Amino acid sequence: MSKILNNLNEALSAVKTGDTVLVGGFGLVGAPLTLIDGLTEKDVKDLTIVSNNLGESGKGLGILLNQNKIKKGIGSYFTSNRDVGDKYQKGEIELELLPQGTLAESMRAGGAGLGGYYTTTGVGTDLAKGKEEREIDGVKYIFEKAIRADVALIRAYKADTLGNLVYYKTARNFNPLMAMAAKTVIVEVDEIVEAGELDPEAIVTPFIYVDGIIKAQQVLTKKGVVNV
Amino acid sequence: MTGTMNKTDMQHLIAERVAQELKGPCAVNLGIGIPTLVAEYMKEDNIYLHTENGLLGVTDVEEEDIDPNLVNAGKLPVGEAVGASFFNSSDSFAMIRGGHVDVAILGALQVDETGLIANWAVPGKNIMGVGGAMDLLVGAKKVFVTMSHTSKDGSPKLLKECTYPITSTRQVDMIFTELAVFEVVDSQLKLVDLMPGATIEEVREKTEAAFTE
Repeated sequence: MSKILNNLNEALSAVKTGDTVLVGGFGLVGAPLTLIDGLTEKDVKDLTIVSNNLGESGKGLGILLNQNKIKKGIGSYFTSNRDVGDKYQKGEIELELLPQGTLAESMRAGGAGLGGYYTTTGVGTDLAKGKEEREIDGVKYIFEKAIRADVALIRAYKADTLGNLVYYKTARNFNPLMAMAAKTVIVEVDEIVEAGELDPEAIVTPFIYVDGIIKAQQVLTKKGVVNV
Repeated sequence: MTGTMNKTDMQHLIAERVAQELKGPCAVNLGIGIPTLVAEYMKEDNIYLHTENGLLGVTDVEEEDIDPNLVNAGKLPVGEAVGASFFNSSDSFAMIRGGHVDVAILGALQVDETGLIANWAVPGKNIMGVGGAMDLLVGAKKVFVTMSHTSKDGSPKLLKECTYPITSTRQVDMIFTELAVFEVVDSQLKLVDLMPGATIEEVREKTEAAFTE
């Protein structure tokens, strides 16, 4: 069965009301812009979105936020979108702030079948409140739970027809980790090639993690986001 | 003299001073703001810059070569140095948390007299972002802090105790302002250098934290 999807409806069919959805990207770099745009058109709500930031004001995930489709945000840097603070102040969104390395590692752990892990990051700070502390070889650690999700929406540079992925420069960021940590993984790519065309040594995400592939209709250029 | 310095000059003065402390070969992570400017003053060519969004080997980029998918943690366009590599966010923070990055240069809102810093949250305001600050503080072999010596209203930022939430229980190694350079030795601040135009009297007057001279 081919993983190549023909349209956005098909690509987003796995996303249901109440789902936890991982969304790739560091700001707009490496964000699945086409899939996010599709999500703003889809009739879903009460989503828990796991992403480094919730877009920018009125851009990317910021649109979804303004549509009140996000119940909870889990990320490391909501500061990039001032609307998040306003919504939080009004009690319209729950937020869970994690150090950036913890956010990344929690998804890697989730994808690797672990329940969680101990980290030094955050020990003794406000972000450690309520978290188990444990001393290992004389060093204090806190326990961080793994993150798993219903759906991951990610972006890669090229996919082959099997779903093997390669990335482009700093657009990689959280995407390979998110590919590991969700039941259904949908990737948008700049280019789809035949299986065998990607160098096996260069493949970053093996096809085993990937469920669906769609060609990107929106790309980030020097002039901003454009339709292709 | 320092009272009349504009913000940009002050930032460059601090950045230039920090750069003198970097001896290669080493891997250095630069935070947003003054730390980013440090790259302009690095003299040695075997200093490799790490950015937490997934690149070891950051360099500057000419306007015509800007690639929108090649940015640093401040989302500014950068270039790739000879020998650069790309990796995912988990690997990037493994480098940081695992002690493989030699120096992290960060900004701070407050520093206490034992070398603890606050740089991620302000009481009474929504806590909206932490980014990689906590990871860098626990993991980098050395942490350097850059900041203006006082707040906009003139109040000291080097305090007996931070009034803002601390970023880590790990103490930083050096603090650089437009007036002075401090080292943290045995949980105490030690003044090691006065910046051009600064006097010891001015430093004493604008510093609440105890320090040795």
